[in-house]
Amino acid sequence: MKRLSDERAKILFEHLSKYIGTNVKQLIDRPDGTYCFREHRDRVYYVSERILKLSECFGYKQLVCVGTCFGKFSKTNKLKFHITALYYLAPYAQYKVWVKPSFEQQFLYGNHIPKTGLGRITENAGQYQGVVVYSMNDLPLGFGVLARSTTDCKTADPMTTVCFHQSDIGEYIRAEDTLF
Amino acid sequence: MGRKAEYSEKPKKGPGRKARKQGAPVFRKQSFAPMEEEEKKLSHRQKQRSVKREQKKVVQKAKLQEKRAKGKQPQQVKRKTAYNSDSEPENEDEEVVQQKEASSDEEVPQLVPAPKGQKSKAPKGFTDDNDAWLKPKKLKKQVKQPEPESDGDKDDEDLEEDSEAELEDDSDGEDGLEAEESGEEEEDDEEEDDSDNDTAQIGKLADLSDDEEANSDDDFDVSGDEDGTDAASDSDEDEDDDDDDDKLPIERANKKLKKREAKEAQLADDEMLETVDRQDVFQLPNEAEEAEKDLTLQEVQQRIKDVSLVLSDFKKYRQADRSRGEYIDLLRKDLCLYYSYNEFLMEKLMDMLPLTELMEYLEASEIARPLTIRTNTLKTRRRDLAGALINRGVNLDPLGKWTKVGLVVFNSQVPLGATPEYLAGHYMIQGASSLLPVMALAPQENERILDMCSAPGGKGSHIASIMKNTGVLFANDSNRDRIKAIVANFHRLGIVNAVVSCEDGTKFRNIMTGFDRVLLDAPCTGTGVVSKDPSVKTTKSDVDVQRCYNLQRKLLLTAIDCTDAKSSSGGYIVYSTCSVLPEENEWVIDYALKKRNVKLVPTGLDFGVEGFTKFRQHRFHPSLNLTKRYYPHTHNMDGFYVAKLKKFSNTIPITKEQQEEDEKQLDEAIEAETTPEAAKEVEEEESKDKGPRKLLGKRAGKPSFTEIEQELKKKKREESKTKYVAKVFEQPVKAPKKPKPEQPLEKKEKKSQTPVEKTNGTESPSKPAAKKTKVNGNVPAPKADAKSFKKKNQANANDRDSTTKPVDKKSTANGGDSPAKPKAKDPKTKPQGKVQQPPKSKASKLDKAPRIDVDDIPILEGKPIKKQNKLKQKSKQIGHLKKSKTGPNVGKKQKFKK
Repeated sequence: MKRLSDERAKILFEHLSKYIGTNVKQLIDRPDGTYCFREHRDRVYYVSERILKLSECFGYKQLVCVGTCFGKFSKTNKLKFHITALYYLAPYAQYKVWVKPSFEQQFLYGNHIPKTGLGRITENAGQYQGVVVYSMNDLPLGFGVLARSTTDCKTADPMTTVCFHQSDIGEYIRAEDTLF
Repeated sequence: MGRKAEYSEKPKKGPGRKARKQGAPVFRKQSFAPMEEEEKKLSHRQKQRSVKREQKKVVQKAKLQEKRAKGKQPQQVKRKTAYNSDSEPENEDEEVVQQKEASSDEEVPQLVPAPKGQKSKAPKGFTDDNDAWLKPKKLKKQVKQPEPESDGDKDDEDLEEDSEAELEDDSDGEDGLEAEESGEEEEDDEEEDDSDNDTAQIGKLADLSDDEEANSDDDFDVSGDEDGTDAASDSDEDEDDDDDDDKLPIERANKKLKKREAKEAQLADDEMLETVDRQDVFQLPNEAEEAEKDLTLQEVQQRIKDVSLVLSDFKKYRQADRSRGEYIDLLRKDLCLYYSYNEFLMEKLMDMLPLTELMEYLEASEIARPLTIRTNTLKTRRRDLAGALINRGVNLDPLGKWTKVGLVVFNSQVPLGATPEYLAGHYMIQGASSLLPVMALAPQENERILDMCSAPGGKGSHIASIMKNTGVLFANDSNRDRIKAIVANFHRLGIVNAVVSCEDGTKFRNIMTGFDRVLLDAPCTGTGVVSKDPSVKTTKSDVDVQRCYNLQRKLLLTAIDCTDAKSSSGGYIVYSTCSVLPEENEWVIDYALKKRNVKLVPTGLDFGVEGFTKFRQHRFHPSLNLTKRYYPHTHNMDGFYVAKLKKFSNTIPITKEQQEEDEKQLDEAIEAETTPEAAKEVEEEESKDKGPRKLLGKRAGKPSFTEIEQELKKKKREESKTKYVAKVFEQPVKAPKKPKPEQPLEKKEKKSQTPVEKTNGTESPSKPAAKKTKVNGNVPAPKADAKSFKKKNQANANDRDSTTKPVDKKSTANGGDSPAKPKAKDPKTKPQGKVQQPPKSKASKLDKAPRIDVDDIPILEGKPIKKQNKLKQKSKQIGHLKKSKTGPNVGKKQKFKK
């Protein structure tokens, strides 16, 4: 467990603000103790300081996971969020997309969302805005990036992709081996 | 553009969702019975005829009854009129005459058989019209022809036979049919008339009997076949008849009937007796013929039933010359065969459960347990989850009153492991038994809790959800592959207060202590989850169990050490396994009770069977009844064991030295058991010694120590009847020195030993020796104990072996005696340790290595050597071997090193 380098911290926060905007602050300043981001084998973990201290007993190799994993830095310093980040992204998300029940399953298999699968969308979302994807009964299913702004969506062709798929909870099964 | 329309009808690919599927075939029970019993369907005409016959029967019966009523009078009259051969009395009505005329055409053909009867009758002088119904009596000598006056049943028979005859006739042709039918109708009419007019007619009786005679043509053959056996008795009856001539025919008939009934009853009784006899005396098969015979599964099953019957009341059903042991052996073999267990496991189970429960247990183990899920209370509530799942077509119910988070799933249209609810972490698929240890642990908020063997994270996540994501949960597992499952499950279920690590559980006390609660769901043989993993039935052996319980002890001691006794809210340890064997449960707890300052407390689970406080020769701590056992047949969950310990002091009751020693012994025991080679050796030796008890079949290749064990136990029992609890890890006993003639052989063997042996480290010789000094010198008292109590130790087996060898004069029963100290001369001592040592990773290699003589292998000795170059080891080892052969002092020196 080590602190993120400034460069990586910057990348992380930029990435976070893409999805939850100014709510990033709330991740840092919490009423229930200090939480911090730490890096462990290129992965970014978000964890209470109290737990972090306790985890210091373990060796580098023996420690597998502390708190919640947000994502992984690639060798070229690009951050990719894992689906495990959804636990914190979903409650703070500013822009949301809801998919129809008929398309739920398809999204969980990793497909982009076409306009036909779109049930609802937050107003005023611009193109390439990071969004959290919900099912119609408000179950967070994953997150992605809007392919078109909200206004464009209204006029779009039914088959055009509205939201690019980035990550979905189906990955817990599909990618268990590669995620951690 | 677009697709080409395809108008041709596509062939259906399969049954549609709504297509009606053919149900499973239903067989009537009848259809398994022999075919003859099945009745033919009657044609319409036949039915009609049978109806008519039925009517006729009724009419005839009525007639007969009337006659019976009147019979007495006319008879007497006849007697008085004696021998007035010309049948009809004058007072006949006209109708009678008419009737006679009408039936005359029938009578004509009957004249042929009639004379016979009359002839026979002649001497007796029945020349009057009574001859009609007296005649059949006479005939009875050849044929049992029921009298017209005999009771209704017989008449019915006759009538039926009549009808059969008619049936046959009918089949000739339709024309004939109709003709006959009309004839019958005529008959019917006549008979009705008869019944009307009976009162006055005596001659009518004759007519009737004539009719019967006519019918009796076929009766002759049929009854001849049926009653051939009765011939003898009939002659008696005839005699009786002669005596009873003066009796009324109805009386005679009655008598006869009674006789016959009595005889039938007798026969039935005999048959009953026979069958009962056969059941009672279940014959134990000979072992010789046993081997040759091929048994079907049904036969085996039947035999299991038989034997268990015998065992249920042994005094009553046993064969005098057979012992209970033989019966039990046979039963065990059969059970092994029938349920495909290996003998070792079956023996354990038989030791543990009474016979009736055993059968239930075995049956229940064949059936899969119901699928259960646990609601993740961090994300949803049980009611909401149930609603959501029901909407997806899952049929479920609450698991029981004892849990608020469990749901049992009866059936489901969707895969439960891939619903969006599952992926969103609303529930976890988990056996019902997995909820128990966590409930027993009863975690509180803001505690620091350790789950020592966590994978795949089911129980760990349960703990976290009870803590509501407060406090810290340490989830540890030593298997790196399974760690991923923990991480994935924790993230999916939204657990953020967890630290997941991949440490060796037994060394956890070096990393962190001071936990409020520790859950140890120890690795085990899995004998309780046979329904999940049937391979357990055949693959587990004594060595596996030993390996497991040694590891379990070590883990449990570590778990206790990690707990903080001063914790304000806790200080609890929960130990659970999915095994039912006492070795892995009560025995382990008992061990911990002795070694640490812990006590058992109630688990807080209000159901389950109490743990054993005594098992066979073992006597455990009496408080072990506070632990709980769960069986598939009583609780419909996996076989499971839960014990809750409270640590009341952080001090360790035993000295550091002892502790270290324990550690070492546990280590070595575990290490030793990982080398199957040694085990096999012992087994081989064993089988050599005792030819007849050789292992058969499946077990042939597998190591087993049961025989040795048994012997050992017997001996130990004799030795120390007052002390019951076995100390497994006491120091192994060295094999005594061998007499000289054997030595060269052994040397050769050693030379032939494989490099694998040699790979084992150089330090090894020093360790066993050191241990010995401790045991022998420093702590003499425990040593004595050790001697008497060591059980199931391969070392013992080893020792045992050596003692059994006739050549070995020096060897003593208690190998631990000081003379038994191995002399360095003895080549065995050296290689022993080394053979056992190879770290687990090398175990596979060991398998391939050629076998080593048993005597060379004191199994508990030696220490695993890691991080050593193989080659180095080899060379060093070689050097050692030489030394050990030459110098007897080497061993002693080593002893004093420590």
